[in-house]
Amino acid sequence: MARASAAPTVRRVTESRLFFPLVVLAVILLFNLVYDAGFFALDTIDGHLYGNVIDILRDGSTVMLLAIGMTLVIATGGVDLSVGAVMAISASVAALLINPDLQSLSNDPNVTATPLPVVLIATLVVATVCGLWNGALVAYGGIQPMVATLILMIAGRGIAQLITNGVRIQIFYEPYAFLGNGWIILPFSLFIVAAVFVVAWLMTRRTALGMFIESVGINSRSSFFSGINERRVKLVAYMFCGFCAGMAGLVASSSIRTSDANNIGLNFELDAILAVVIGGTALGAGGRFSLFASIIGAIVMQAITTSMYAIGVPAHALLAVKGVVVVLVILLLSVQVREFVRRVAAPKAA
Amino acid sequence: MSNANVLLSMQGIHKAFPGVRALDGVDFSLAAGEIHALVGENGAGKSTLIKVLTGVVRPDAGTITLAGQDVQVHSPEHAQSIGISTVYQEVNLCPNLSIAENILIGREPRRWRRIDGRAMNRRAEQILVGLDVDVDVTQPLGSYPVAIQQMAAIARALEISGARVLILDEPTSSLDAHETEQLFGVMHKLKAAGLAIVFITHFLEQVYAIADRVTVLRNGRLVGTYMPSALPRIELIAKMLGRELTELDDMTKVKLASRHETGETRLVADGLGRVGAIEPFDLELHAGEVVGLAGLLGSGRTEIAGLLFGIDKPDSGSVTVNGVPVRQHSPLGSINRRVALCPEDRKGEGIVDELTVRENIILAVQAGRGWLRRLSPSEQDEIADRYIALLKIATPSADQAVGNLSGGNQQKVILARWLATDPQVLILDEPTRGIDVGAKAEVQRLVLSLAGEGKACVFISSELDEVLRTSDRIVILRDRAKVDELTGDVDERQIMQAIAGSEHGSS
Amino acid sequence: MADWLGARLSRNRRFIPLAATITLFCLAYGYGAVVYEGMRDPQVFLNLFRASPFLLISAIGMTFVILSGGIDLSVGGVVALTTVATAALLRGGTDPWLVIVLMLLMGMAIGATMGAFITFLKVQPFIATLAGLWVARGLCFWISDDAIPIRNRLWEILGQTKILIPGLADPTTKQGEFVSIMVVVELLVLAVAVFVAHYTRFGRTVYAIGGNELSARLMGLRVNRTKMLVYTMNGFCSALAGIALSVDVSSGHGLYAMGLELTVIGAVVIGGTLLTGGVGYVIGTLFGVLIIGVIQTLIQFNGQLSSWWTPIVVGLLTLAFIGIQSFLAALKTRQSAVQRRVGHARPTDAGAGEEAT
Repeated sequence: MARASAAPTVRRVTESRLFFPLVVLAVILLFNLVYDAGFFALDTIDGHLYGNVIDILRDGSTVMLLAIGMTLVIATGGVDLSVGAVMAISASVAALLINPDLQSLSNDPNVTATPLPVVLIATLVVATVCGLWNGALVAYGGIQPMVATLILMIAGRGIAQLITNGVRIQIFYEPYAFLGNGWIILPFSLFIVAAVFVVAWLMTRRTALGMFIESVGINSRSSFFSGINERRVKLVAYMFCGFCAGMAGLVASSSIRTSDANNIGLNFELDAILAVVIGGTALGAGGRFSLFASIIGAIVMQAITTSMYAIGVPAHALLAVKGVVVVLVILLLSVQVREFVRRVAAPKAA
Repeated sequence: MSNANVLLSMQGIHKAFPGVRALDGVDFSLAAGEIHALVGENGAGKSTLIKVLTGVVRPDAGTITLAGQDVQVHSPEHAQSIGISTVYQEVNLCPNLSIAENILIGREPRRWRRIDGRAMNRRAEQILVGLDVDVDVTQPLGSYPVAIQQMAAIARALEISGARVLILDEPTSSLDAHETEQLFGVMHKLKAAGLAIVFITHFLEQVYAIADRVTVLRNGRLVGTYMPSALPRIELIAKMLGRELTELDDMTKVKLASRHETGETRLVADGLGRVGAIEPFDLELHAGEVVGLAGLLGSGRTEIAGLLFGIDKPDSGSVTVNGVPVRQHSPLGSINRRVALCPEDRKGEGIVDELTVRENIILAVQAGRGWLRRLSPSEQDEIADRYIALLKIATPSADQAVGNLSGGNQQKVILARWLATDPQVLILDEPTRGIDVGAKAEVQRLVLSLAGEGKACVFISSELDEVLRTSDRIVILRDRAKVDELTGDVDERQIMQAIAGSEHGSS
Repeated sequence: MADWLGARLSRNRRFIPLAATITLFCLAYGYGAVVYEGMRDPQVFLNLFRASPFLLISAIGMTFVILSGGIDLSVGGVVALTTVATAALLRGGTDPWLVIVLMLLMGMAIGATMGAFITFLKVQPFIATLAGLWVARGLCFWISDDAIPIRNRLWEILGQTKILIPGLADPTTKQGEFVSIMVVVELLVLAVAVFVAHYTRFGRTVYAIGGNELSARLMGLRVNRTKMLVYTMNGFCSALAGIALSVDVSSGHGLYAMGLELTVIGAVVIGGTLLTGGVGYVIGTLFGVLIIGVIQTLIQFNGQLSSWWTPIVVGLLTLAFIGIQSFLAALKTRQSAVQRRVGHARPTDAGAGEEAT
């Protein structure tokens, strides 16, 4: 039996995982266009592309990175509330490696105590170990994901503070700052996002890991009976999430040239979770996931923010709008509402 | 038991779920002051019947009459309010609350909105003393053994509705002999007080110990209602397993099919056992033969399957596959050793319902290859298509989500999954449960042909005639132990006897 | 003698976590009293209650939420919103008593809304209350970007009245140990909460839901109503806490109470309440708050550690408590699984189609 022949195109499109997030994104962009006809304008200055769209993508890089890792965790039926804290820890580690002597910070842009590759690798290793910690608690300790990751969420910032002894370390080393601030036509952080995305995609779709993750999320016991080591699959998911959080921490601290243990990544876990939820992965249940849809979800979250700024909503009221968005998303995706819509729409289909 | 005493009467109950006819015109009656046992293998319809009685599901057809009045039970709360109480196997109470609270919460004695703790404790003690239970009612429920928790559940059930009917769902499964005696004492008391008790159990000796009547269900149909005093054990078993045992003179001898000489020894279990699950047993599986496991529910069939396949780790003994001792007890290890298990619980341990038919079929093969060596789309297609055709799986396409298929086709998908791993040993636990007659026959034929190809098969089923039809050897299990192994010319009565144990069997 | 002790211990096993918390508090306080002379002043102890009534009130509400098996991450936002709205209303000349009533109603409304999402739309509590947090904080800045000072007679009375402790203070000179009105309020709230938790059907139902929500439903308890009430009540407590905070700092600002939710959760957990619900005592939360206060006091007296050590220690302590709780819980499940195996037949065999015993 061959693969399904071309089902009615409309149905295939609407049922595709990308439909909802793309529609939401389109609505937001349209809204912006109406408000500001020149919204999509792009300028080239010094060989760099600028524009509102570019801003959205660049400012959203951290959430996009987080969303990639968070997608895998949520797909296994869990959640990781500690990614913001892990970002802070990563930033602290990187800053400390560059400037270990906290008493006299060097402000020479060409000097770093540790070579950049070592800084990057060490930071990512630490972040992955944080993910390992979470994964071990969940997969082998049997602790509920929310509780397990809450532990690192609470303690993580304290740990980040401890690493830098409470000092907000400024980073002067230019090559490091390039991560978050550099441009190669497009902002460099976008290339980082693309690279991580490709790695994640290869890891999940070019190997069987993606199917294993989905299987574990849908039915952990059946997966076990089929020979899948569901504990290891979950562990890997959390480790990769930690890795992505580490990446996000590097980009975030690089762009503000500081390691700010209190504020880096604050509340970012929520943006990441929402991005994944908008992208269609079921929170709590897990199962089917789409990395690209989560990226779109992250862009949606950022687009909302940027749009609000563009139309002049004050920074703090933004939070309220986001809250409303959460409510709307929840409503739209809630099972109850779906049932209701289906029942209402059904008679017409006949 | 005259008709005048009939308290509850269920007539002509029909209930179908997608793909499965759970109850097919079942009658059931209950008199006040009687203990009525309800028995049947899994899939017989016991739990659905109880769900209908307690309002969890609505019957498609049939009537329920309680104390002379027709009733429709809308919900569990409604059932409680009309006097039908249930104590489930999982003791649905709150382990963190005290015993007294569990019994009385929602109706605690209060003085102006303030819970009167002392009065509550006293009342709880009173009720429990009436059940011959004497415990500290202020301690959390969870700190007590299941036997006591059950008493608390019974106490609550009685206290709540002025219950007239008490349903006990497998109450003795977690009790030892002494606790079971205590429970029986309580049941006698309640019976004397005029309560009607439905006693669901798979322990046949308990049916004989305490029940006034026993109703046997099989495959959703009523086999009959009998008085245990007038029904020898072996006949009861025969009815449960679907074999009509006629007079001694009409005995049919069954020659177990032995098609080939025994091939190579594929698997040897030596003194393999697991505490609380199955007593140490020996078993040899040879290429080209089918070994049937026969025994009642709870006899240890699935536990053996689990040990052989590596779901559970043994506490004693060893397993050798093709001469190599097994160190890695896990499903993955088994796949690598070319041992496969088609599990009993299709929904919970078998299908991954949101994945496609194709993905479900290749899942074990992929697991065996590890996550790196992914099967290419064309390889996946090839495998999936091959088995869809071979097993005649009815699905619009290989991209269909498995959850949308009928029970029988889901079973075929699981079977396909394991066949795809090209096993040398294939264990099938209840492969024909819940599928239609035609598919049952297909599966049995398939098992025979697989054996013909040289596989060593283990066939577990509560349908004795299926086991008889397909097996070269029959292993008999009883009370979590292997009691016999039969081959060659086998007397069906022998099998029944072995399954039943002695007429005055012990627990 | 040892037998008697053993028997009593085993009968009161469930109080052990609470006893641990109380012991921890006594040890910490004792240590401080030994090392720092200034800590021996009874006023220091009283100050533990004076320092943050808003924390205790907030934590009491949160205790009920967590006992029911849920969580509420919006408390910081609601507290801040209350301070801002209060300040704005007072600035506008609204009668202060009316303001109090309105704020309490507002808190209840927010709580009820989130409760409805959680109970009827089956949204996960942490997502629903997170949304609440964002909306609440956002609303703060809608009202005002800057802090709004409060200059109101009632607020001054509430904040500055010294209630002298009989026996420790001299009424004639008005010198000596004292507490504030808000301390009385918070102790009142505590007393009511303890009563509700242990002597009302609502309170016991909260525990039941936290223990096993499905069982609670099957037992005929009014689960939905109770869950709604729990979140509504927490909204009330958050608003009351906000009022207390506004009294304390005489102003309102959207940036107040940042991260309060984590501190509150910490206090509840340190007080011995299980994050998974069903187990814990309201009085434990009092000690959780007191311990946080002691830590703060110790750090102050030390003088050398910077004050940001407080959240770290609280965080680590919370972590330790959660870790121990989870470890013990995992141990217990493993034990009971073995027990069930040894005990006898398997719990439930699977069935065909929809059937399962």
